[in-house]
Amino acid sequence: MSTGPGILAPVTALGAATLRLLGEMGAMFLFLADGLRLIFASPKQIPKILNQVFVIGSKSLFVILLIGVFTGMVLGLQGYYTLVKFGSEGLLGAAVALSLIRELGPVLTAIMVTGRAGSSMAAEIGVMRITDQIDALDVMDINPMAYLVAPRIAASLISFPLLTAVFDVVGILGGYVTGVTLLGINEGVYFYRIQSSVEMADITGGFMKSLLFAVIVATVSCYQGYFTHMRRDGVGPEGVSNSTTSAVVLSCVFVLVADYALTSFLL
Amino acid sequence: MRANSGWDIRLDGLAVGYGDHVVLRDVNALLPAGEISMIIGGSGCGKSTLLRHVLGLQRPMAGTLSVGGRDLFALAGRDFRKVRRRMGVLFQDGALLGSLTLGDNVALPLREHTGLPKATVRQIVLHKLALVGLADYADYYPNQLSGGMRKRAGLARAIVMDPPILLCDEPTSGLDPVNAARMDQLLLDMRANFPGMTIVVVSHDLRSLDAIANYVLMLHDGTAAFAGPVDALRASDDPYVRSFLDRRADEDQRTGVSLAPEVQQALDAWLER
Amino acid sequence: MKKYSRETSVGIFVLIGLLCVGYLTIKLGRMELLSDKGYTVHARFTSITGLRVGAEVEIAGVPVGRVAGITLAPDKPVAMVSLRMQEGVHLTDDVIASVKTSGLIGDKYIKLSPGGSPDQLGEGDEITETESAIDIESLISKYVFGGV
Repeated sequence: MSTGPGILAPVTALGAATLRLLGEMGAMFLFLADGLRLIFASPKQIPKILNQVFVIGSKSLFVILLIGVFTGMVLGLQGYYTLVKFGSEGLLGAAVALSLIRELGPVLTAIMVTGRAGSSMAAEIGVMRITDQIDALDVMDINPMAYLVAPRIAASLISFPLLTAVFDVVGILGGYVTGVTLLGINEGVYFYRIQSSVEMADITGGFMKSLLFAVIVATVSCYQGYFTHMRRDGVGPEGVSNSTTSAVVLSCVFVLVADYALTSFLL
Repeated sequence: MRANSGWDIRLDGLAVGYGDHVVLRDVNALLPAGEISMIIGGSGCGKSTLLRHVLGLQRPMAGTLSVGGRDLFALAGRDFRKVRRRMGVLFQDGALLGSLTLGDNVALPLREHTGLPKATVRQIVLHKLALVGLADYADYYPNQLSGGMRKRAGLARAIVMDPPILLCDEPTSGLDPVNAARMDQLLLDMRANFPGMTIVVVSHDLRSLDAIANYVLMLHDGTAAFAGPVDALRASDDPYVRSFLDRRADEDQRTGVSLAPEVQQALDAWLER
Repeated sequence: MKKYSRETSVGIFVLIGLLCVGYLTIKLGRMELLSDKGYTVHARFTSITGLRVGAEVEIAGVPVGRVAGITLAPDKPVAMVSLRMQEGVHLTDDVIASVKTSGLIGDKYIKLSPGGSPDQLGEGDEITETESAIDIESLISKYVFGGV
């Protein structure tokens, strides 16, 4: 490859990085397609999927409850002090519910699950790669994609919308705690405003987001772990640690970019 | 000659490597059925790379690799997998799945490929674990065991489907002499218990060579330095074979290795300060 | 935490998740699980600025239905609004439908003022008397720049 002289060098580097990123994204897309196909490979996938629902869903439930309550509470506080300036504090319920259902629920759930489960997916699969476990599956004629990746994608698709729904509901209750219990908004008005302002389209939009984020987080995390041995920035344990880091960083970046894209598409 | 199952492994003009980098070229050997063949050589000579090719994990750069008389890399999807299912593999550290108990690890191929009832699977698993002396450890996780136990459990998993070919990557590396001898004995047991089984052991352990090998493929300098029965190896007067067997360092590796004078001077000056 | 088996905790998780999904879609999203009882009437307005599907329909401040659909009338450039009325709410054929605003900048809703005619409206009938949305902006500008 010929590099440009002097002044062109940064441009060339940018071009090389772009090509690498595009190639990587193409590879991830094929990885995802293979994983989705293998979800339905055999009925023996069901117990593996349930096991992963336990790891991704059940184990994240507590942290989602916690984050959901506090997000709702802080939305209640912030929303109250903004709305009270216009004398519209009665709209607090609508403000809290709409921001949670449309935006914060899916996004914060995805980011929390990335931290909890995405990182462990990348690390676990990465360790399996460097200790020959994936090769061992391969030579036992057990497709490692079907055994490791497909159940995680399926379980993410099940868990993300459920966790998002829990986050939304708990967040609305958190907003209730600050808005109604602490700041004295009328209880009936709070829930009435929620019911009158939330549309079915908001809810389906939120679930579409969480499904998209599920695909992104599971694919990116599994991909990073699965190809730990191909990394150029470290081998062995160092490679696993770098894979885990890029799984979390890339998942979050992709989630936020996709969130913007999907929101502008949905609105 | 023991019973011949026909599952021998033949390498014809095989060249292997990564990317553009050739590790081994023009390797010719026949690893016979019913015998223990050892692939030996110094560290980094390409033993493990060669094994990955025999396992079908990597495609060779040139030449053919026949398993049981069939060219492995000419086979398409289903047939390829059919041949590979007939290989049992013991990886270097056992490569047991960390999330499963020993019993579940050994049961894995049975559960994935057969529809046997649970009780039958359990019995087969306990039998194989008993063969390697781990019958009491079925419910332990791999990280609760010593390295030697993990290797033996890996061996139990490798033979759970009664494969005609058993491939072992460094079965005695990292083991103390007692455990290493025990592993060698297990491999001899395999040869006795499963007549006709083609056993291939990748190792650099001279004691294992003495203890178990019938047949040797010695790799050196990017190709096969020797391939033949172990008796012929001992009679060989090839200088590398002799230095390997006598555990002597290669003379040419040590000559002409000295620091450039100006670097040595700079170092001395710094040390004297 | 060895209190519950893996299956039980997955079950608990899925149950809680589905309850929340149910609350969101049925209670907040007003998804009609069973075909809801009631009937639909139509009304034409020259302007319904600000009215959205799902807005409430009230009689004397009591919610009696929802706006089910908003389209342009096929024959004239006026708004055609479908009102889904709850069962048991009887409308006479001289009822007046008006687009109102709750508060100064609040949501738009439909207010129905019952008349005294003996004839009742049924499924698919049309309300003939309507009052369109008051455009507060133009009102204010008229007031500010004169003209009222």
